[in-house]
Amino acid sequence: MNSGDTAWILISSALVLLMTPGLAFFYGGMVRRKNVLSVLMQCFIIMCVLSLQWVLIGYSLSFAPSKGFWGGLQWMGLNGVGLEPYADYAGTIPHQAFMIFQGMFAIITPALIIGAFAERMKFSAFLIFTLLWATFVYDPLCNWIWGMGGWLRNLGALDFAGGTVVHINAGIAALVTAIVLGRRNNLEKNVLTPHNMPFVVLGTALLWFGWFGFNAGSALAANGLAVNAFVVTNTAAAAAGLSWALIEWMRNGKPTIFGVCSGAVAGLVAITPAAGFVGVIPAIIIGLLVSVFCFIAVTVIKPLFGYDDSLDAFGVHCVGGIWGALATGLFASKLVNSAGNNGLFFGNPKQFLIQLVAILVTVIYTGVVTFIIYKLVDRFVGMRVDEKTEAMGLDLTQHHERAYTVLE
Amino acid sequence: MKLVIAIIQPYKLEEVKEELYKQEVNLITVSEVLGHGRQKGITEVYRGAKETGNLLRKIRLEIAVNDNFLEPTIKAITKGAKTGETGDGKIFVVDLQECVRIRTEERGSVAIG
Repeated sequence: MNSGDTAWILISSALVLLMTPGLAFFYGGMVRRKNVLSVLMQCFIIMCVLSLQWVLIGYSLSFAPSKGFWGGLQWMGLNGVGLEPYADYAGTIPHQAFMIFQGMFAIITPALIIGAFAERMKFSAFLIFTLLWATFVYDPLCNWIWGMGGWLRNLGALDFAGGTVVHINAGIAALVTAIVLGRRNNLEKNVLTPHNMPFVVLGTALLWFGWFGFNAGSALAANGLAVNAFVVTNTAAAAAGLSWALIEWMRNGKPTIFGVCSGAVAGLVAITPAAGFVGVIPAIIIGLLVSVFCFIAVTVIKPLFGYDDSLDAFGVHCVGGIWGALATGLFASKLVNSAGNNGLFFGNPKQFLIQLVAILVTVIYTGVVTFIIYKLVDRFVGMRVDEKTEAMGLDLTQHHERAYTVLE
Repeated sequence: MKLVIAIIQPYKLEEVKEELYKQEVNLITVSEVLGHGRQKGITEVYRGAKETGNLLRKIRLEIAVNDNFLEPTIKAITKGAKTGETGDGKIFVVDLQECVRIRTEERGSVAIG
């Protein structure tokens, strides 16, 4: 057991937890003011519900050794998950430290999907949907890619900190829910202006900060690999934020703070799977290009197909995540991480194909199961609020609260 | 010339605007106001403390029109804002003495539209 490693993983866990309220402000600033509390509430209640789900059943389903579809059930309620290291996952920190670090990923992943259905989903339905999704989509997928004996892991798929498990996964779920839930009312007539841009900036700052725990913490030790992940994470976010601003400047005449924030988040998404496998120059390339792909996704593809991915959960997280996973297959190098593999540009084209397989499996599995869960919950509870409720806003109708007063 | 002042439900603003545009009434001023009518709003609850009978949020529209536009304006607002429930709001019409377009210093009817 190593006290330095343990300290770093505890701090990283706290950093990753902070990303969910960060995301809440990022998303909360983008919605209209009648819905800001609903978004904050959805993010916060996910912290509550999934923290419990994780220690009771989620961790076991995701990480307990088994030969089945999921992880085993032997670690339910953290039975046998103690304070001694579990060498198969992390040999120098208590098993529970690994567990709680992973738990923070399980919390933020379903929270990312909120961006797709913001401003129109019934709160009760959202809760049931989220719990089912975490259990039947996140937990199995996490097991396949990160769990001991997981088949995508055995195939050799590289996903350092969750590009596939977290971002592609949540991004595809976002696209499916946005499509089946339908567009918000009155969308054609109005540009729905973000109600509080400083919140978006605050949220981005918290995300960027927390992402150091997300990526550098995924080294599971306070070592050189963690430093590499930290450096490339910062570099890719910087390149992507700048790149998005430049694209806007060229295309629309003015760079915007919303653009820089969107770009920075896209960069953080894209570097996530690659953080422990690539060096700093690939990180810059990954960052510069992700903004191009995500910009096209949200300004060209979304209007073209007309799905209402309200806050671009698909356009940023799925598109950025896919680019990151593919880029890992291009730029990964054993010089950075001997436990990883070489990518296409380092003489191993097979890695690119493996990455592609992992992406396709995620897209298909998540797409199908998300659709089934959606239809199931819709059948019994109804996913969407009625038209008047949507017009009045979710804060007042779902929570009997309001974010802002007029007088006093 | 008349000044139409309407108090409506906030969530009906989009529909009212749409109806007004159909009547080619494009020049409106909108503000957020608090008011008290017969309607009771959704009870808000803060840490168990209920707030009822409070001032409710409304939208106030001000539209200056020439006389021949008065009825279409009233009809448009009514059509967009009416649900048949208490709280739909009110329309007040007052005579308008003068109207000046600041840019050109034009006065009267021509300055309104």
